[in-house]
Amino acid sequence: MNTAGPAPLVRNAIQWGGALLLALLLTLGLGMATATAATDHDGKTVASIQQTEEEESPYSFQGSMRDSDREPIVGVEVTVTDESGFSGTGTTDESGEWSVGVPTPGTYTVTLNVDSLPDGITLRDPAHESREFEIATTAQQGVLFAFGDPPSAQPTTDPGESETGSETPTGDDSETETAAEQPRGQGFMAALTQRAINGLFFGLLLALGAIGITLIYGTTGVSNFAHGELLTFGGIVFYATTTLFSLPIVAAIAITLVACTVFGWLHDFALFKPLRKRRVGMVQLLIVTIGLSIALRYFFQFLIGGGTQQLSINRGAAIAIGPANISTSVLIAAGISVIVLAGVAYFLTRTRMGKATRAVSDNASLASASGINVDSVIRTVWIVAGFLTGLAGLLYTYFIGGAIRWDTGFSIMLLLFAAVTLGGLGSAFGALVGALFIGLVTEISTLWLPADIRYAVALGILILVLLFRPQGILGRKERVG
Amino acid sequence: MEILNAFFSAFVDSSSAAFALAAIGLGVHFGYGGLLNFGQAGFMAMGAYGFSIWTAVVAPTENWGWHPIASFLSAIVVGIIAASIYAFILGLPTLKLRGDYLAIVTIAAAEIVRFSVRTTELTPITGGSQGMTGASIKTDIQEINPLPSGQYGFWVFEAGAYDTWVRIIGWSLVAVAVVLVWALFRSPWGRVVKGIREDEDAVRSLGKNVFSYKMQVLVLGGVLGGLGGIMYILPRALQPDFFATPTTFYLWTALLLGGAATVFGPVIGAILFWALLNGVRSIIGVAHEYGFFFGLSSTQAAQLSFVFVGIALMVLVVFRPQGIFGNKKELSFNV
Amino acid sequence: MSKVTAADLISGTNGPGVAKKDPIIVADGVTRQFGGLKAVDVDHLEIPRNAITALIGPNGAGKTTLFNLLTGFDKPNTGTWSFDGTNLAGIPSFKAARSGMVRTFQLTKSLGRLTVLENVLLGASDQKGERFWASFIPGIWREQENANREKALELLARFKLDAKKDDYAASLSGGQRKLLEMARALMSDPQLVMLDEPMAGVNPALTQSLLDHVLGLKEDGMTVLFVEHDMHMVRHISDWVVVMAEGKVVAEDVPEDIMKNQAVVDAYLGSHHDTDLGSITGQIEMEEALQAELAEERADADTEAATDKEQS
Ligand SMILES: Nc1ncnc2c1ncn2[C@@H]1O[C@H](COP(=O)(O)OP(=O)(O)OP(=O)(O)O)[C@@H](O)[C@H]1O
Ligand SMILES: [Mg+2]
Repeated sequence: MNTAGPAPLVRNAIQWGGALLLALLLTLGLGMATATAATDHDGKTVASIQQTEEEESPYSFQGSMRDSDREPIVGVEVTVTDESGFSGTGTTDESGEWSVGVPTPGTYTVTLNVDSLPDGITLRDPAHESREFEIATTAQQGVLFAFGDPPSAQPTTDPGESETGSETPTGDDSETETAAEQPRGQGFMAALTQRAINGLFFGLLLALGAIGITLIYGTTGVSNFAHGELLTFGGIVFYATTTLFSLPIVAAIAITLVACTVFGWLHDFALFKPLRKRRVGMVQLLIVTIGLSIALRYFFQFLIGGGTQQLSINRGAAIAIGPANISTSVLIAAGISVIVLAGVAYFLTRTRMGKATRAVSDNASLASASGINVDSVIRTVWIVAGFLTGLAGLLYTYFIGGAIRWDTGFSIMLLLFAAVTLGGLGSAFGALVGALFIGLVTEISTLWLPADIRYAVALGILILVLLFRPQGILGRKERVG
Repeated sequence: MEILNAFFSAFVDSSSAAFALAAIGLGVHFGYGGLLNFGQAGFMAMGAYGFSIWTAVVAPTENWGWHPIASFLSAIVVGIIAASIYAFILGLPTLKLRGDYLAIVTIAAAEIVRFSVRTTELTPITGGSQGMTGASIKTDIQEINPLPSGQYGFWVFEAGAYDTWVRIIGWSLVAVAVVLVWALFRSPWGRVVKGIREDEDAVRSLGKNVFSYKMQVLVLGGVLGGLGGIMYILPRALQPDFFATPTTFYLWTALLLGGAATVFGPVIGAILFWALLNGVRSIIGVAHEYGFFFGLSSTQAAQLSFVFVGIALMVLVVFRPQGIFGNKKELSFNV
Repeated sequence: MSKVTAADLISGTNGPGVAKKDPIIVADGVTRQFGGLKAVDVDHLEIPRNAITALIGPNGAGKTTLFNLLTGFDKPNTGTWSFDGTNLAGIPSFKAARSGMVRTFQLTKSLGRLTVLENVLLGASDQKGERFWASFIPGIWREQENANREKALELLARFKLDAKKDDYAASLSGGQRKLLEMARALMSDPQLVMLDEPMAGVNPALTQSLLDHVLGLKEDGMTVLFVEHDMHMVRHISDWVVVMAEGKVVAEDVPEDIMKNQAVVDAYLGSHHDTDLGSITGQIEMEEALQAELAEERADADTEAATDKEQS
């Protein structure tokens, strides 16, 4: 009969433990931030993005220049001016990076000194020589200069390109490596196979993240807009452990997964459980997740800076599957996803806790009346979501070419929601189906449509599906009156 | 002084006016109509792009010899029409959806807009991922500016002729919008809309065409968002990435700061949002100068101000969900 | 007030789906399926005009679903129906309401963050100020609004809610919300009022005055169709009773005779629901005793009157 929580003493201990853990995470974060700065000064690593110079002002324009072979372009001058007469100049360093600090937020003209470009390198779009940019809601504004010939058929590019936020539009096909290796075969079928395989892998990754969203929605009714940050968190811890602290890969993976699981639990323990106790309404909770998303995202930016971080991980050799090229790491990542997803299916259908989870999703008050401890179910759901999404973040760094950004998760958050919505809010298997569908659509659509609107295609299909099935693919209708 | 400057200039700045307009629109959607719109940035984009494309690409002054006033006014009308059409198309499928689905569809639609205008294929029209320069959209307004060049205002409110002119336009629009919303929501029309927010089936059972009202609300709020988009780009340039999800989130912050279902709430909220954001930024900046935040770069210190915005939003919505102007009683019912 | 007899309402011999002399609603072949369950399966049903009709049946019989279908809140799998001679099948709910049939909901739908008075005002039909552009010019709608306000206050007074007129509806008790919903529905002067369990949760003292109010509606020329589990109330005010079970109309009759119908007893017995037949038959016995008493009284009165006459 005694299903009540642990004894008061124990519970107190747990609460203290939680508080300590939070403090620990924060200090770890600060430590990491200073660690980044330190490595900078030693000039040991290129992984860090913080400007080597401590500029006076917190506001800056920055970017990195690479030629079509991705080699950094050194010694190019960039001038930033505004109407009030301010003028600042920066030069690209040996890694092709430049930055110009400005005194206040406002609109500035950023000009590339074409004469300083090495021979044979020209701007892809001559109009980009001088452009206006604004610093308003962010401290750093990325400015991109693309070189070489105008793109004809763009390859599918990394999701960094579609990154949301008015910050640092670094994503251009010349910027980061793409996960999609170029197909060897020239034929349409080869391209299709390559895209389909990529899409499938992307879909599996999305599924890992989306199931967390749908489980949380099902049991608590909260659409967690900060879910992308769970994913980024996984990527960042992985980056920190592999690259900053140079731990062996197995240790790095283990630490990442544990940290993400704890992070998920912390969400419930420190935030959502107290809010449930206060009976905070649904819309308010939605806004809370928005606030959490903003806070976490900028905390991440605070930790790793506004650029793309390269991870020192081995991506493995590329192997050929039919006409398509896949790197072994992506293949392994896909294998892991499948195994974990199967595990989730087992958990939901076979275990006591999993069944309880589904019961709570069905009808929370009924489940609680029939003796299910709703609180512990929700806690479990958060832990599982933290683990799954963190794993997705870890694997995703491989998928996008061994890189992580502060807003990686945020940039695919909408795709996660699209997957969940397509499947019908609250249905775990729906989320899987929706995720695979979205993954395939985003990749395959690039065969016909410009790559930079592939996410738009996926979201457009979401809207179309909702037109005909307002409750999602596997959702149920509600009763009126 | 620096801090005061950063804080108080938000009270007259045209960015605040732009955010105020868009937040009033969001307030019409959510506060009065109960529509969970998480894609207000999309409406802003429609207004801004409608305006800019008309001004810079269609260019009636250059191509057809229109008077700048006619060109400017027609550009605003084009922006309004663009936002209305977008609202209408968006509303057709989504207004029948359950609330949380609407949230996801609006956010998705806004991103579709941004991805689309940003695509390289459309560069001749939209400027692609770089948008359009300020110079290309400012000429008409500069032409019709009645203020001779010079500095206007006093203390921290001082600004050049162009900025002052834009401020005048922006705040006039805000005033019109406030009066409009006030007039609408004390009328029987507003009563029906508020009824729909509470329970649309009940209102349907009383013979009101709920779909039509929701559409009117969506278009009205969307048009206000579109005007906000226009006002936002006027003092600067047109940049597609401004119209992304974070902007919508900041608008929500502004709206909730002031109080959702209130007339002045969104205006005060928008001003406070910018004032606090700039204020905190400059406080952190100054603190950094004096050697606080040891070991951190000043950029990192600035990022902390956004962490602060996020946390403030959470705290606000939990402890004072009705905002500064909202009615506590009205929100104590968790519906 | 004279009690209506069967002969006044129906034409032909009585039975489920019997034709009425002057029907306001005629439904044909209306079915609604939820998965494998046929929640509503009505061959033919007519609701008599200017009468009070009770719709009864065990829990889950399909009464609310039938309400939803007739008012356009749910779409049937098959079937047509008409209201006042015009076809309503496939017509959206708000148009059905506009044509003069207003309903209330079993689970009350009060508009929580509107005041009680605003709730009722919302019920008024054809408001000029509800059009977008007109709403900007108070001159267009001010007069009508004031008239509506007066009418709303009257209604609220009748439902004993006038003291609460400026409170948010969310602060009302469950029973008060039922009352509010009824007042709101009546605000539009409908031809037909459809009430889904209007008295559930309303205290007995108020019930009595509400019953009188419903009877008053009939005097004003309205038609009332209501769902109710309380047999006492059904017998007290209804002119006609329709019984549903498992989606079908199983019997129709005047309230005095309905419980004698074998199909009805079967319906309540056969349904494995918690309706206690004992209490129903018990109620019938009580009612009969009551009626007998009433008859005696009436007879007494008659004789008294007779003696009075004789005396004069
Ligand atoms: N939206 C729905 N989805 C699935 N089944 C439904 C739905 N609406 C009603 N039902 C089912 O249809 C049957 C009839 O329900 P209905 O609400 O019409 O009963 P009722 O006669 O009003 O009962 P009560 O007297 O308890 O109110 C029930 O078995 C119910 O479970
Ligand atoms: Mg019912």
